[in-house]
Order: sequence, then structure tokens, then C-alpha cells
Amino acid sequence: MENAVEVINLTKRFGEHTVLDNLNFNIVRGKITTILGFSGAGKSTLMKHILGLLKPTSGMLRVLDTDLSTLNRVGLREFRRNFGMLFQYAALFDSMTSFENVAFPLREFTKLNEAEIKDKGFKLLKSVGLEEISYHKLPSELSGGMRKRVGLARALALSPKIMLYDEPTTGLDPITTNMVNELIKDTTDAHKDIGLTSIIISHDVKATLKISDYVAFLDHGKIIEHRPVDEFLESKEPLVRRFLEL
Amino acid sequence: MEQSIASARKPNFLKKIVQSFGSFVIDDIKGLGDFALFTIKFFYWSVKPPFRVKLGFDQLFFIGNKSVFIVCLTGAFTGMVMAYQMYYGSKLISMDTFVGPIVSMSLARELSPVLTGLIVAGRAGAAMAAQIGTMKVTEQIDALEVMGVDANQYLAVPRILAGTIALPILTIIHGFVGNLGSYLIGTKVLGIDEVMYFSKLSQLMFLEDFFQGIIKAFFFGFIIACIGTYHGFSVSGGAEGVGKGTNLAVVWGMITVLVVDFFLTSFLVHIL
Repeated sequence: MENAVEVINLTKRFGEHTVLDNLNFNIVRGKITTILGFSGAGKSTLMKHILGLLKPTSGMLRVLDTDLSTLNRVGLREFRRNFGMLFQYAALFDSMTSFENVAFPLREFTKLNEAEIKDKGFKLLKSVGLEEISYHKLPSELSGGMRKRVGLARALALSPKIMLYDEPTTGLDPITTNMVNELIKDTTDAHKDIGLTSIIISHDVKATLKISDYVAFLDHGKIIEHRPVDEFLESKEPLVRRFLEL
Repeated sequence: MEQSIASARKPNFLKKIVQSFGSFVIDDIKGLGDFALFTIKFFYWSVKPPFRVKLGFDQLFFIGNKSVFIVCLTGAFTGMVMAYQMYYGSKLISMDTFVGPIVSMSLARELSPVLTGLIVAGRAGAAMAAQIGTMKVTEQIDALEVMGVDANQYLAVPRILAGTIALPILTIIHGFVGNLGSYLIGTKVLGIDEVMYFSKLSQLMFLEDFFQGIIKAFFFGFIIACIGTYHGFSVSGGAEGVGKGTNLAVVWGMITVLVVDFFLTSFLVHIL
């Protein structure tokens, strides 16, 4: 199996505090991997390393066959265009409408003309199940679920190879949670041809296990379990069992 | 017994005072260093493509056009008040015809750039810090970085350039309206002869007076926008952090205008 992300002996310390402790694991290309863990386990720090926003204290990360330590600031910024990210609260630009949010990366990084941007933007918004009436609304006029949809459409605009989801279902009602999960699953399936890899960072075990192919469990900076989802559910690790039985 | 407890506590108390004073000094020096680095980096960001002209014009509209009314209002009342004060002062020594040039010189050299600077620091400086700070706490800046957009360049450059261009223009408007107010009060209310008013004005006002004000405004605009954007990027936490950042942007913006004004004046009076 081909790996999208390879984490090799990754350690990150902030002063005396070790946040990630000699991590070794791979994320399989074209699959949905969920990284579970309690708050403060180091999930967000790991995600920032994958994005190249933080540098490891020691060890390395190979993402899409590129050793991130070989890239300089500009190189890293360009490399990040391989990623799409859905933030916890969508992080939409609040001065822009839904369409303008989706058009933003297209205007910044492609040579498409306005007609092509409009066409692609509308297609993306439609693909995540948004109705045309909400295309010209500001984020403040949208519900939480709709904002997530726009955030996802924006993240998909540049056809990323890796999609990151930061706590995608936190704070959502059960129906919207289900909708977001289906959206993640559908998005990954729809982009199977390009091998879109989805990485979900979450502590919402019930919501994310339904759609994941692999699950990694992070605790105090260490991966204590990393298996396909059906094997993960049978894990004998006491901490994982406690988490699953919550 | 009590005495021994008091003496045991004393070093701790002193230690705390020294510690808090030390951390205050270190934090301030670090903050100053960070701000200096941010300002230096601005020059690099501003010459590095892409050049976002539309964003610059949007900011120019926000800082400039939307401040015009308040600048005109302040200018008119400043000019009118100054005319009154100068008239009654100069009348005592029979020099009331000098009201025009005195008010005009005060406005051109000092009042227009400083008052416009204070207005823009309060209005646009605060808005810059609040906008960028809100973007930071709602992860919008992270979203820009993840997309591969240099958030500092995207947000800071248009604002700083627009501030630097807008303030001299607003200062000219302030000065013009202030002079108009002074003229109306001086000639129509206080009865100064119109011909004398303009004759003294043309005799005593020079282009250098206007240049001094415009040069000051140029620096004030740059500094206010740098402080506003820097405090926006420095925001941490939630709504409280945004409030704190906005407050710091206004306070430091206003103080810096007054301090820089002193140094610029002492320099410019020698060369202009």
C-alpha cells in the first residue's frame, strides 16, 4: 500500500514539555484515517507538522514522497497547496460570501478567468449539497452545517491530494454530525481517482469511526494503537477500550 | 515569632516585585523587538509579488474615504476655535489681521497632521487590529496559511500602504477645511478685513509649511497602520484578546503619533 504520510521518529518539544514522543506511523493513500485522542494528546501539533506549520525537534515527515525538512519557507507554502483543510468552525472569511470564499483560492492560484471561476465555484458549492440561494450569503447568515459545506467546497477548490478535517463534528447536532460525516465519506469516494487521502483529527469516537478506514490513537504524544477500523474496535489496549466505551 | 515570619516573607515579597518588574521590562523589550522586525519585514513583503492592488484600494477607501467626514468636522471646528483664540489674543497687541497666517501655519505644520493622525489611529488603527485579531482567533489566518497564502503579506501590506497614502491626503483636507473655518469666523463673525486677511496669509505662509505637515502625515500614516496590523497579528485568546489588541493599537498609535511628532518637528524645523 502506498503511503501519503510517513511519520518517522517524530519528536516535538516545547521547552521541557514533550508533546510528540518518537512517533512512527504511516497514513495510507486514498483512505480515511482518523487520529483519535483526548484533549491535549498532541493531535493538533501532529496536524501542524503534517502541514509543515511546525518543525520537528527531531525525526522527519515524508508527505506525498517529499521530505518536509528539505523545503524552505516558500517551498513549504507552495507544497501546502496539496492540502485542503476543513477547520473546526469552518474558518470562512467573514467579509466574503459563500461563493467568494470558494473563489478565493481559484483567484489566488489559478489562471482561470472570472467566468470559469464562477462556473467552478458554483459546481463545487453544488457538489457539497448547497442550494443556489446560499451562494451569495455571508457566513454570518449561514447555519453551522452550511458553513462546514462551504468550508469543504473551499478546501476542495484546488483539487488537494490530502484533506485534513480538524474536529469536523464538534459542537454539531446529531443530524448535522451525520451529514458532515457522509460528506467526508462522499468527498473521499468522489475523488478516489486522484487518490484523495482524508485525515480526521477528532475526539468524537462514535461520529468518526463509522466512516474511517484506519484509526490511530494518540495519547501523551505517543501512538498507542494504529489499525484498520474493525481491528481497532477489538483493541485490548485499556485506554482505547475506555475511550470506545465512553 | 511574628517578627521572624515577617522577615521570612520579606525576601519573597521583594523577589516578586523584582520578578514582576523584570518580566514587564523583558516583555516590553521583546514586544518592541517583534514590532521592529514586523516593520522591517513589511518592506520585504511589499516588494514581493503578488501585488494586490484591489485590496490596497479597498483599504484606501476604508481608511481615507470613510474618514473624510470626521476629518472635515474636526478641521472646521479646529479652524474656527483657533480663529477665536488667536483673534482675542492678537487684538491685545493690535495684530488681529495676523489671525489668518497664525491659524494657517498652526494647521499646516502641526494641528492638521497630528489631529488627523489621532483620528485615524482611533478609527482605522483600531479597526485594523480588530479585523486582523478576529481573523486570528477564528482561524481565518490559519486558513490563509494552509492555502499557501502569506497572511502577513496579504493582510498587512495593503493596510500599511493605504494608511501611508491616506493620511497625507486627509491632512490636506483637514487643513483646507480648517482654513475655511478660520476664514469664515475671522472675516464674517469677528470682522477682520478680507483683503488684509488674505494679504497677510500670502505674505507669511510658505510652501515649506505645508511640506512639513505632509511629511509628518506620511510618517504618522505608516506608523499607525504598522501598529494596528501588528497588534492584530499579536492577538491571542478569544474576544477578550481582540479587545485588548484593539485597545493597545489605539493607545500606542496615539502615543506614538505625539512622540514621533516631537522628533520630526525638531528635525524638520532645521531642514525646512
